[in-house]
Amino acid sequence: MAELVTNQITKCFHGKKVIEDISIKVHDKELVCLLGVSGAGKTTLFNVISGLLQPEEGSVYLNGNDITGQAGHISYMLQKDLLMPYKTVLDNVALPFIIKGVPKKIARQKALSYFIQFGLQGTEKKYPNQLSGGMRQRAALLRTYLSSHVKQEDKGGIALLDEPFSALDTITKSGIHRWYLDVMEKIQLSTIFITHDIDEAILLSDRIYLLTGNPGRITDEIVIQQPKPRRKDFPITEEFLFYKKKIIETLGAL
Amino acid sequence: MKRKLQNIINKCYSLSAIVALLLIWHIVCTLQLVPEFMLPSPTKVVIAFVNDFPLLMEHLQTSLMEAFLGLLLGVCIGFLVAVLMDRYEGFYKAFYPIIVLTQTIPTVAIAPLLVLWLGYEMTPKVVLIVLVTFFPIAVGVFHGFQSIDQDTIQLLRSMGAKRGQIFWHVKLPSCLGDFFSSLRISVSYAIVGAVIAEWLGGESGLGVYMTRVRKSFAFDKMFAVIFLISFISLLLISIVNILQKVSMPWEREEQKQESVLEK
Repeated sequence: MAELVTNQITKCFHGKKVIEDISIKVHDKELVCLLGVSGAGKTTLFNVISGLLQPEEGSVYLNGNDITGQAGHISYMLQKDLLMPYKTVLDNVALPFIIKGVPKKIARQKALSYFIQFGLQGTEKKYPNQLSGGMRQRAALLRTYLSSHVKQEDKGGIALLDEPFSALDTITKSGIHRWYLDVMEKIQLSTIFITHDIDEAILLSDRIYLLTGNPGRITDEIVIQQPKPRRKDFPITEEFLFYKKKIIETLGAL
Repeated sequence: MKRKLQNIINKCYSLSAIVALLLIWHIVCTLQLVPEFMLPSPTKVVIAFVNDFPLLMEHLQTSLMEAFLGLLLGVCIGFLVAVLMDRYEGFYKAFYPIIVLTQTIPTVAIAPLLVLWLGYEMTPKVVLIVLVTFFPIAVGVFHGFQSIDQDTIQLLRSMGAKRGQIFWHVKLPSCLGDFFSSLRISVSYAIVGAVIAEWLGGESGLGVYMTRVRKSFAFDKMFAVIFLISFISLLLISIVNILQKVSMPWEREEQKQESVLEK
């Protein structure tokens, strides 16, 4: 069980509000998306939720416990994959265990047991720069998953993904979307992810929060009714277009 | 395979240039265009080197000992200074200008002072080497620390990493490239530093040998010791290169990958 609640978060930089009054909720095993224009403070919100930044107002609760401003409870995948070039893929992925004081050998064993599930078999002894962009993203995602895993002692945690697929080209992206949905079915991780790609948001999420900028506020919440696993032709259905139209209208981009 | 061949060809270029230079030198000497006491012929230099070999090795031992001790201390101090400058901004602001200032004082000017203060034994030599070798390390490693992506540090923080863990998992491995570049500079400074310090007095060492042969106008021996110093510096630099390859295996793997792609 993992449940995350933020309660009226406001964060300022140099006296200027970047995000204001943000209350969101992530239920267990839910995939929630933050969708909004650049500069809506999405990354700032992530920095607050992960505990890297202390908000001016509001609090963050994980399973009912106040974790505002405390790093180390929620796993966070930043915009870049940030795999360390000097560690093998296996050591990169095992890092969350090692940080928590798990002996190296056991940490490696634990990490290795997920390699097949994440389609990373055969890469464990390679260095990140020897991998393709898609594979790097998978490795980064596995590291994030294990990070949430360590934190909640096998209860499954919350992961924040900041534009996890934005660095990939369109073809790799659609492949990895499918793969991502498959993996998410199996590992059942509660996730919030940031994107500014409307199609990606509808395709992947259970629920979408729409953010508008200056300062960033939640303007709408859209539930995607289409059950999971989603049908292959979901992106070309009427239903999909209906959501897309609604989002575009709300964001005022039409 | 192709890469190896290219490597050999590249070496042939520099090798043939060296041979050509030696040949010109030899011709100049045999035609007696320059008086022999001013420029001894290469063969004479080789003969001097062979004759004086045991003596040279003795002196070399002293110089290497000084260089090694000085370098070891210099590297440790340089690294520590870099860590402190990175960790405490106040330390950086206070000491960085002074550290730069120490490098504007010419080695030859400070060496006699060190001899005056610390005597003719090994201490002033080691201190001089420390002074010239710590700087490249301090600046290089500090730069390495500063150019680390802050996001990587944020990622580690979000995992709940402590300062020490961030140092061990991010800062230390990230600065290795800069560290070895600086070490290459420091190593050659160490040898030159030892020789300069020995010029000003001492019992043995390549600098002492150099002063003696210069005073007796034995320029063939002078050239022999100059070549020995160059050779030792090159040797030490290649040892650093090997050390770097061993401690940074990921760079080798990446290069391997690139050469596969080239084919």
